[in-house]
Amino acid sequence: MKRFVLRFLRSPEGVAGLILLSCLVAMALLAPVLFPRDPLAIVGRPLTAPFTDASLPLGTDRLGRDVLAGLMHGARASLLVGIFAALVAILVGAVVGTVAGFAGGLIDEALMRVVDAFQIVPGFLLALAFVSVTGPSLPVIVFAIALGAWTGPARLARAEVLSIRERDYVAAARVIGMHPAEIAFKEVLPNALPPVLALVSVIVASAVLIEAALSFLNLGDPNIVTWGSMIAEGRNVLRTAPYLSIVPGFGLVLTVLGVYLFGEGLVEGMAHRRRRQ
Amino acid sequence: MKRAWTLVRRRMVSSIPVLLIVVVGTFLLLEMASGDAVDAYLVSLGGGDAGLAQSLRESYGLDRSALARLWLYVSALARLDLGVSVAFNRPILDIILERLPNTLWLMGSATVLAFTLGTLLGIVAGAKPGGAADRALSVGSLALYAIPSFWLGLVLSLVFAVQLRWFPTAGIETIASGKTGLARALDIARHLVLPVAALGMIYLALFLRMMRAGMAEVWRQDFVLAARAKGLARRRIVLRHVARNALLPLVTMLGLQAATMLGGSVVIESVFAIPGFGRLAYEAVAARDAPLLMGIIVVSAVLVIVVNLLVDLAYAWLDPRVGAGEASS
Repeated sequence: MKRFVLRFLRSPEGVAGLILLSCLVAMALLAPVLFPRDPLAIVGRPLTAPFTDASLPLGTDRLGRDVLAGLMHGARASLLVGIFAALVAILVGAVVGTVAGFAGGLIDEALMRVVDAFQIVPGFLLALAFVSVTGPSLPVIVFAIALGAWTGPARLARAEVLSIRERDYVAAARVIGMHPAEIAFKEVLPNALPPVLALVSVIVASAVLIEAALSFLNLGDPNIVTWGSMIAEGRNVLRTAPYLSIVPGFGLVLTVLGVYLFGEGLVEGMAHRRRRQ
Repeated sequence: MKRAWTLVRRRMVSSIPVLLIVVVGTFLLLEMASGDAVDAYLVSLGGGDAGLAQSLRESYGLDRSALARLWLYVSALARLDLGVSVAFNRPILDIILERLPNTLWLMGSATVLAFTLGTLLGIVAGAKPGGAADRALSVGSLALYAIPSFWLGLVLSLVFAVQLRWFPTAGIETIASGKTGLARALDIARHLVLPVAALGMIYLALFLRMMRAGMAEVWRQDFVLAARAKGLARRRIVLRHVARNALLPLVTMLGLQAATMLGGSVVIESVFAIPGFGRLAYEAVAARDAPLLMGIIVVSAVLVIVVNLLVDLAYAWLDPRVGAGEASS
């Protein structure tokens, strides 16, 4: 573990990602401390230019809402959605993949056809349909995004389980009379998980982008500020105040970049460990 | 030829149950919605009495049980009938077929741009792993990969359409321009430049990174060492031996990305106001038109299946090993 951390810190990508993500997490955590007021509240004259008012450093949007407060609170929404969508997707994918791979036969066949079906429907369309049916709120959006993201982990977990279930310790568990479900979830699943976890960074990054696109299309949670909704709001005054759309976009780019870089550092750390074995 | 035919048949047979799952799943999803198409239609009319609602439900078959309606839908689907849109009051298939060409042009152009440019830059980067060009392209492509396409679209239209006025800001062609033939094609092409760039950039970065990674892998193999030992020119080794072998996985990626690109076109078409398939999905959501949304999901699934089939055929053509032993199994 210590070696892994050292390797991670030695890869320039990992360090850059770590720095970016730490800044974002700090932003998300400090948002309610520095800006305890609702970021959707009107606090000044509409379209105050940035750097003109000391109390509103980045100015206000078309409705007179504080842009800096929106940016800080927006980091919260992006990170929350990204992390929880990835968690749900990995969890569902790992369970489905383990059941399919461990049970085999007809159950495997049926589950994999369901995976196929989810894979041929564009994930964004699925999220769009799900949110429009159930109504936009943060948990619904998390679930809607996970709905299109669990197939990758499921396939990977299944492939991993297929090789693990032939190992000796699984046979040993069978011999001592463990229940198949117990073997699948206590012995096989934990060992199948590491390669699946390598997908986390990709899923978090795409979840952040999908959430942004949904709220850009006005399908985000209307009660919280997100960078996507800020971009959409700024679009109305794109010609006169383009920074209102451009600045939150940079937030998204840096978040996604940070997640990718961090993920690459993790893979690097793990690859070295595997080579050593 | 026989090999290709076997491949097509196998794929078509195996995609039927998958498509059926998509249909049933979508049906169940839309079943969860509060209120049905008739409610949405009455709201758009500004209200109506219970008798009208009742007769409308009867004419759409909405008064029957969920299972009966699912059966009705599937059997209509088998006859290529997707039903009637509530918002447009027209057959859904007609609307979709009308919108699809715009999206296919957009996606096709974006794919061609991303694939050719991504592969070429990937070869430049992979020609000398660890070199200056490689490092610059690797950082650049990662940054490109992180940019949300709709935001890139906004920035591009701000710079090239609003400020520089090189390209139009929105639409697929100049309205009522009366242009025909080549002039019209050029007009459409000019309208498509920015959306194609916004949609394609992320895939360009993806193909670049895959090509580069693939080439780095091939460099380590023995036949490259042999080619070097034979004293072949470096250029020839890079193009003929390394790049050629790294290209195949990219073709597979082309099929895998079809679904995400179709999803991406929803946002891009909304940014650039292109009357395409993706924007239709958004319009269906905005108008709460469940039958239309369902038709869109089913058609997009069919589209992804077709694209993957084409990719498989291309792959079989490029790599004679694929599918050669499948005829007997």
